Amino acid sequence: MSSTSTTATYQPATKVGRITDFVDSRVGGSSMVKEFGRKIFPDHWTFMFGEVALYSFVILLLSGTFLTFFFDPSMAETHYDGSYVPLKGVEMSVAYASSLDISFDIRGGLFMRQVHHWSALLFVAAVSVHMLRVFFTGAFRRPRELNWVVGGVLLILAMAAGFTGYSLPDDLLSGNGLRIIDGVIKSVPVVGTYISFFLFGGEFPGTDIIGRLYVLHILLIPAIILLMIAIHLFMVVVHKHTQYPGPGRTNDNVVGFPVGPVYAAKAGGFFFIVFGIIAFISAAFTINPIWNYGPYDPSPVSAGTQPDWYIGWVDGALRLMPGWLGSFPFEWEIPFPWGTNTLSLNVLLPALVPAGIVFTLLFTWPWIERWITKDNREHHLLDRPRNAPGRTAVGVAGVVFYCVMWAAASSDLIATHFSVSLNDVTYWLRVLFFLGPVLGFIITRRIALALQRKDREIALHGRETGRIVRLPHGEYIEVHEPLDDYKLYKLVSYDAPMTVPAEADRNGHISKSEKRRAMISRFLFEDRVAPVTPAELEEAHSHGHQDQLATDADNAAVVEKH
Amino acid sequence: MKALSQRRRHPMAAIALLLLGLLVTGGLYAVASTANEAKAETTYSASDIAEGEKLFVANCATCHGMGASGTDDGPSLVGVGAASVDFQVGTGRMPLQMSGPQAMEKPNQFTEEQTAQLSAYVASLGAGPGIPDEEYLEHEGLEAEEIAEGGEIFRVNCAMCHNAAAAGGALTRGKFAPGLADVSEKHIYEAMATGPQNMPVFNDANITPEDKKKVIGFLKTIESQGSPGGADLGSLGPVSEGLFIWVAGLGAVIGFTVWLTSRSS
Amino acid sequence: MSDHSNGGPHASGTVTTAGQGEAEKFRDPGLPPHRPRLADVDPRAEKRAERQVAILFVVSIIGTLAFFYAYFFIELDQTIGTLRLQNLVLGLGTAFAMLGIGVGIVHWAKTLMPDHEVAESRHEIRSESDRQDAEKIVGDIIEETGIKRRPLIRNSLIGAMLLAPLPAIAIFRDLGPLPGDTLRHTMWDTDVRLTRDPDGTPIKASDVTIGSAFHVIPEGLNEAEHKLEEKAKAVVLLMRLNPEELNPSEGREDWGYNGIVAYSKICTHVGCPVALYEQQTHHLLCPCHQSTFDLTQECKVIFGPAVRPLPQLPITVNDEGYLVARSDFHEPVGPSFWERG
Repeated sequence: MSSTSTTATYQPATKVGRITDFVDSRVGGSSMVKEFGRKIFPDHWTFMFGEVALYSFVILLLSGTFLTFFFDPSMAETHYDGSYVPLKGVEMSVAYASSLDISFDIRGGLFMRQVHHWSALLFVAAVSVHMLRVFFTGAFRRPRELNWVVGGVLLILAMAAGFTGYSLPDDLLSGNGLRIIDGVIKSVPVVGTYISFFLFGGEFPGTDIIGRLYVLHILLIPAIILLMIAIHLFMVVVHKHTQYPGPGRTNDNVVGFPVGPVYAAKAGGFFFIVFGIIAFISAAFTINPIWNYGPYDPSPVSAGTQPDWYIGWVDGALRLMPGWLGSFPFEWEIPFPWGTNTLSLNVLLPALVPAGIVFTLLFTWPWIERWITKDNREHHLLDRPRNAPGRTAVGVAGVVFYCVMWAAASSDLIATHFSVSLNDVTYWLRVLFFLGPVLGFIITRRIALALQRKDREIALHGRETGRIVRLPHGEYIEVHEPLDDYKLYKLVSYDAPMTVPAEADRNGHISKSEKRRAMISRFLFEDRVAPVTPAELEEAHSHGHQDQLATDADNAAVVEKH
Repeated sequence: MKALSQRRRHPMAAIALLLLGLLVTGGLYAVASTANEAKAETTYSASDIAEGEKLFVANCATCHGMGASGTDDGPSLVGVGAASVDFQVGTGRMPLQMSGPQAMEKPNQFTEEQTAQLSAYVASLGAGPGIPDEEYLEHEGLEAEEIAEGGEIFRVNCAMCHNAAAAGGALTRGKFAPGLADVSEKHIYEAMATGPQNMPVFNDANITPEDKKKVIGFLKTIESQGSPGGADLGSLGPVSEGLFIWVAGLGAVIGFTVWLTSRSS
Repeated sequence: MSDHSNGGPHASGTVTTAGQGEAEKFRDPGLPPHRPRLADVDPRAEKRAERQVAILFVVSIIGTLAFFYAYFFIELDQTIGTLRLQNLVLGLGTAFAMLGIGVGIVHWAKTLMPDHEVAESRHEIRSESDRQDAEKIVGDIIEETGIKRRPLIRNSLIGAMLLAPLPAIAIFRDLGPLPGDTLRHTMWDTDVRLTRDPDGTPIKASDVTIGSAFHVIPEGLNEAEHKLEEKAKAVVLLMRLNPEELNPSEGREDWGYNGIVAYSKICTHVGCPVALYEQQTHHLLCPCHQSTFDLTQECKVIFGPAVRPLPQLPITVNDEGYLVARSDFHEPVGPSFWERG
């Protein structure tokens, strides 16, 4: 920076100026202030979820630091001697005992545990909703593809952080969760048994796993998350924020409030609001009552053994998978020259395939969409979800796919709470696992197209006022009120993607993949609602002279309210 | 019915259910804890047995047969003991209202006296677990360690069906293990001793009467103390917690974001 | 109704087939005119907003004080009630302390700070000349290293780089011992008595009445060196049903005793304890993933994701009438693994 030259010539006049000068001449802060002080951020409630995730993470760091001061990740045996009566004298690990001490014997410890766990649930939920917003509005398109990928990595890291933390108290619930993980790891061909033994330091459960997960949970994973957040936010600054289309908002500008003071105040205040919401929930609602579950012991198990919500879908997939399809088993004993090996497809398939599909599609979708649409332009204007029916339908299909597995993870609770058979719930969800995404796709696309048509009608003929008017010659019509320019522009200023037919390459040859691309393109975009053009509006107005007539006759005619 | 089933799917329905469950649990507990248990009866008078037989013929024999020897519709009751009758009739599970995956709890169809007479009659048919002595139900004087032992026994033998916080859980094909809040001490004891319906029997050689008392003490302790962290969301574990954060937590956050980004008037 | 109020697909030709091309677009009317807020035009509204913000900050102060009150003056007396109260007041105090500040600041920003939306133009993320410069610099650097011209250096470097990370993997070898055949054996052996979980008292055959379910550990487990690891493999569920209802296969007729049978409690799916025994249907249900095993068919899987039946522990009765194991399990218990065979 040019600090030496400024100190020589610049004499600050005010107090603020002197502080600024002090900082600037040492670290060069003015250019930062210049860059960020009045940077513009668009304002929309759907843009806030990333902030919710960020703030939950900050709260996680704060509350987590408090917890580390009291938590002892040791699996050594001890006998509980704290103040919780129903566990007095019970043999347990030091980790579990120290978690109980945090809950019952350290003032504010229970509150901090609840804050930590509730904000963990909110963190992953906010990351998920943020990603859904980005997906359904098309914010992942060029130039933001890489940031979308970073976001996907953050989602996985958030799940990993959550899972490693879930296991730390060494209670019965999380211990059985770890046992399931051990079972899944053991099903991995060739190396599974070894990984299991290395991870647990020998046979399950061993005495090492809590300490190892602890290091991952408080050091490695949060460090990587912080790094990823830094990259994520850096790219947001480079790209500037996207905005919804509307009057005055173009692909070449950002419309919104400057960071200082409005946006900074709102965003800063919002941190306290998120903290306040989490504090309120933690004050009034129990989370992870480890004292109910008891210490981990390989013999007992509790009804309703589930992971936290973000792992639920994988657990649900494990539940949905049938071990036998009629008389066909999904566990194979394969004879090799050196002996027989076991392949547990009943565990491997549900543990890997759905998660594989979801994450592969998630990470590659920006390129898949670019390949289908051949649209490589920079997009800073968002799509309303209805204006991209193909993408929205694909997204909803993915959400349904996820939610079916998610629901399956609570099949036992669905059964007891709705008085249906546990087995029937599983059978239905197995059907929905395949049928749900297809139905979700079809229905969503139809709804999106219908909403577009409705928008078109409104753009062409104005808003239905609900006033029925009789014309002099006896005809009844409903009065439509024309839109003002701004509202009209909101409804008509979008790009409707269209089929891009197969194109020949330089040699005049149409490749197979190009044909496939054209097929998908036709499938997704054949049904298309085009935005209203000025010519169409003109024509509609000349056609719709009755509307005009009706407006004139408004006061005189017989008006009947709906 | 249709409207109800539609409203059940409403996102708020789960919360409403949870809140309702909390209220009901708290309310019922307040009632249940004041109503103390009936006296233990080990000997029955001949007139009780005779009255019981009349009641049995009129209300039970259709399924369980004359002399309680069993039919295709109901098992033989010879040797099930007074405890079994007292539990099944006392909790309203018998007489069965309609066939289903399992007999449902409902208001007792008989008075306390009639229940005792029925028990006396069935007990007279063959030896079986009797109605528990008061000393095994009176858990107030248990030490903390004994309550904790009861907890260990409960987790090993009961929690897999009834849930670690005794909130209940699902079994196969529509059957379920009920939640144990607001079940009386006597009925808990009798259920362990007799193994009603699909519940296994935990006889005195498996869980001694003293241990059963500890289990009861544990259950009543966790029931009366409530959750230290606030509302317990049905003690259903991560599912209700996940549902809560998605509906209430995220709902509150969205409410604030909408307010935050809206223009001031 | 006029004919155009119908939004159906054919009503006004709204569905066009692809490739019809874009007609002209609407002109952007620009940002809508700024509408002043109440506080902008009415000094009283402005004053009111100012007061509201200050009140919210005072709410925050009260919340913080409530936190201190709960922390120092609600004494924990080892009952759950006081803890719940303290947690509630601590939490509500924090909630109000935070919400007071947050809502106050946002309200201030919304009502009193300027609310003119501003447009800022976007810049090219990269400029063409920068990119060309960068390309040239990188090209020069590569050229100066000569890595393209010296394949010997290049290839040996690649080899070294590929090999170098391997120690970082190998160094984790001592995380745990090799499996060996530990997964194939449990503590069960000939004449090991079946004892109750958790207290370890032995069980007589006569204790096990029909319909009973005992949760069982091998004798001596509580004193074993690796107690939890052994328990994780050795837990057994002991049940008694009518001997006619059991259908033992050949060679397994004497694995039970008078209708008393013992099966591993560890699910063959991913290892949860399969402890839910329905004494009338004789089904065993795993609460984690709902695998269901039929006791009358030697615990064959009848529902859910498990494939293999639960391993049976052969048992008999010793001279004193106690139940004892005839041998260890005849196969590994718990989830499948590659070497299981």
